[in-house]
Amino acid sequence: MAADTTRSADHGAAYATSGADEDVDATTMHVSGGDWDDLVDEATALHEERIVVNMGPQHPSTHGVLRLILELDGETVTETRAGIGYLHTGIEKNMEFRTWVQGVTFCTRMDYLTPMFQETAYCLAIEKLLGVTDDIPQRASDIRVLMMELTRVSSHLVCIGTGGMEMGATTVMTVGFRERERIFRIIEEITGLRMNNAYIRPGGVAQDVEQKAIDLIREMVPEIRRGIRELELLVNEAPIVKGRMVDVGILDLTGCMALGITGPVLRSAGLPHDLRKATPYCGYETYDFEVITRDTCDAYGRLRIRLDEMYQSLRIIEQATDRIEASMGQPVMVADKKIAWPAQLKVGSDGMGNSKEHIKEIMGDSMEALIHHFKLVTEGFRVPPGQVYVAVESAKGELGCHLVSDGGTRPYRAHFRDPSFNNLQATSLMCEGGQVADVIVAVASIDPVMGGVDR
Amino acid sequence: MSTDLTKAQQTGGNSVGEAEIAPDSPGQPVVIGERRGMFGATKGQDTTGYGGLRVPIEFPGASARPYGGWFDACIDALEAGLEARGTAYAEAVPMVVVDRGELTIHVAREHLLVVARTLRDDAPLRFEMCMGVSGVHYPELAGAELHAVYHFLSVTNGSKRIRVEVSCPDADPHIPSIVETYPANTWHERETWDMFGIIFDGHPALTRILMPDDWPGHPQRKDYPLGGVPVEYKGATVPPADERRAFN
Repeated sequence: MAADTTRSADHGAAYATSGADEDVDATTMHVSGGDWDDLVDEATALHEERIVVNMGPQHPSTHGVLRLILELDGETVTETRAGIGYLHTGIEKNMEFRTWVQGVTFCTRMDYLTPMFQETAYCLAIEKLLGVTDDIPQRASDIRVLMMELTRVSSHLVCIGTGGMEMGATTVMTVGFRERERIFRIIEEITGLRMNNAYIRPGGVAQDVEQKAIDLIREMVPEIRRGIRELELLVNEAPIVKGRMVDVGILDLTGCMALGITGPVLRSAGLPHDLRKATPYCGYETYDFEVITRDTCDAYGRLRIRLDEMYQSLRIIEQATDRIEASMGQPVMVADKKIAWPAQLKVGSDGMGNSKEHIKEIMGDSMEALIHHFKLVTEGFRVPPGQVYVAVESAKGELGCHLVSDGGTRPYRAHFRDPSFNNLQATSLMCEGGQVADVIVAVASIDPVMGGVDR
Repeated sequence: MSTDLTKAQQTGGNSVGEAEIAPDSPGQPVVIGERRGMFGATKGQDTTGYGGLRVPIEFPGASARPYGGWFDACIDALEAGLEARGTAYAEAVPMVVVDRGELTIHVAREHLLVVARTLRDDAPLRFEMCMGVSGVHYPELAGAELHAVYHFLSVTNGSKRIRVEVSCPDADPHIPSIVETYPANTWHERETWDMFGIIFDGHPALTRILMPDDWPGHPQRKDYPLGGVPVEYKGATVPPADERRAFN
């Protein structure tokens, strides 16, 4: 306790926050060890039905380290508060100490189910700051679209899969993860990694898509479609699923607008707002797909939206694959050598690294090329001062990236408006007045990922 | 350069489908700080002479009318809305910046609430969603060290976006909370308080959100160290990121 007093005295009123144990008048009971019967006796003596329960942060059905503080009256939830921050890793602060290119490796780890969206938002923001948005090769944009849509499907599969598991339907989970593995096979074939890819880079993408990967996509897409169909048959009309999800976690359009909710939750309230259509980026306006909406405002509607969105994503994946196959051999990185990552990565016998041709050039033929490579990799490029905000439609809603540059080789400030962070604010609105069991369903229908929420 | 920027503006993600946006008409750039040295030669033994370099960091300055595209109509509507609510536009909005196809409205903090209400309620504006607030710390900008940057989205008017920037001095880090108008900002303002120490007056429960409740300091300010420990790898020691050589 003594240490606490000195600490707050040192830092003055600006930093003062009330301690956890101060000003508590109510009777507090700590359930830690001791005899359960004593506690029950004590609670009975108080004649109070109202109890406060801490759900999480280590609860299996709160999607990672989310802490829900529930005030219960019997089985009814009277008040809900979400406590977050257990997975805060200071990614935004760290990005200020790395070059613009290295930042990709950090932001890909925020929402670990949608790495490609963070990478794309971040790279689009850098490109806008640099003023090279128009110079990004078409093939690179097509590859970005392909990767984003693959990620969207895999994210939705996890959402539905874990959501099912939380309701006790393990088969939903196994089907979801089985299909996600197929997507990971494609992503691994293209980027070399399953997650945390750092594949999309400022100016383009890290390496080209080869024919082998195209063949794999063509082989996998029908199987994934079959898997999604299987999921649909499993959950769509299942009486238990409907009983648990219909009219649960209600949030209407007014609530969505006021709370800045985007993504499937907003579309379940009937508004066809999708940034891929509203403010297209990466050439989404040239793809043929539909924005799925429902007007049920509930968890079941969100489930169905996610299922239907996966079919739309598969449509986009097929179109993008055709384009990528047709543009084989074209560049995937901006032509400006002062921005483009100097190396062309290849998978060799000892793992991924610079291609043999590139090593031969910088080590044997051109000293200037070596200097250039060294400068660009260690120092990085400079970005003109200013600020931009770029938003992409992530699997969970609007993922915004606010970047400030001071003209240096590192971001002056990188802020991500993560959709899960914002949407999680709706927890109390969705849960209060419902049953404890509905809390699980409501939170799962928001699809929060704590890596993105806490960053 | 100017042609590049124009091109970027026309294709900027937030102005797609809009009329052409005029090229930059920047006024005096805003100096937010000074860049010292080059190639990391700022401390220790500088034999290059580059350590003596002093370059001002210039942010895009106030733009003059016409702003181009729908920006003029937007500013006109804001002006009319503010006047109707009895607030002088010139007082509330000291500066408007158009840069890279994005509209930034700098707002004096005492007028933020009425600006927020105008942006949400007036039909020609109708920015019904606030996409949160992000803080930026400019330690060298005397009297306006802390900035709160809001992004607004109008779904009704074709997914248009604007940015509102509010500043406050480090010595008096108070900005009114817009939670009453935009409830979505509850957590975002808590995050900005947590990370930058900006106190949003009128927020229903301004407590830390990402850091522990008893954490001292505000981690994303520029004077807050990144921290870290040196890592030993194959006999060599790699210093923590903020102590490595920086290419300033």
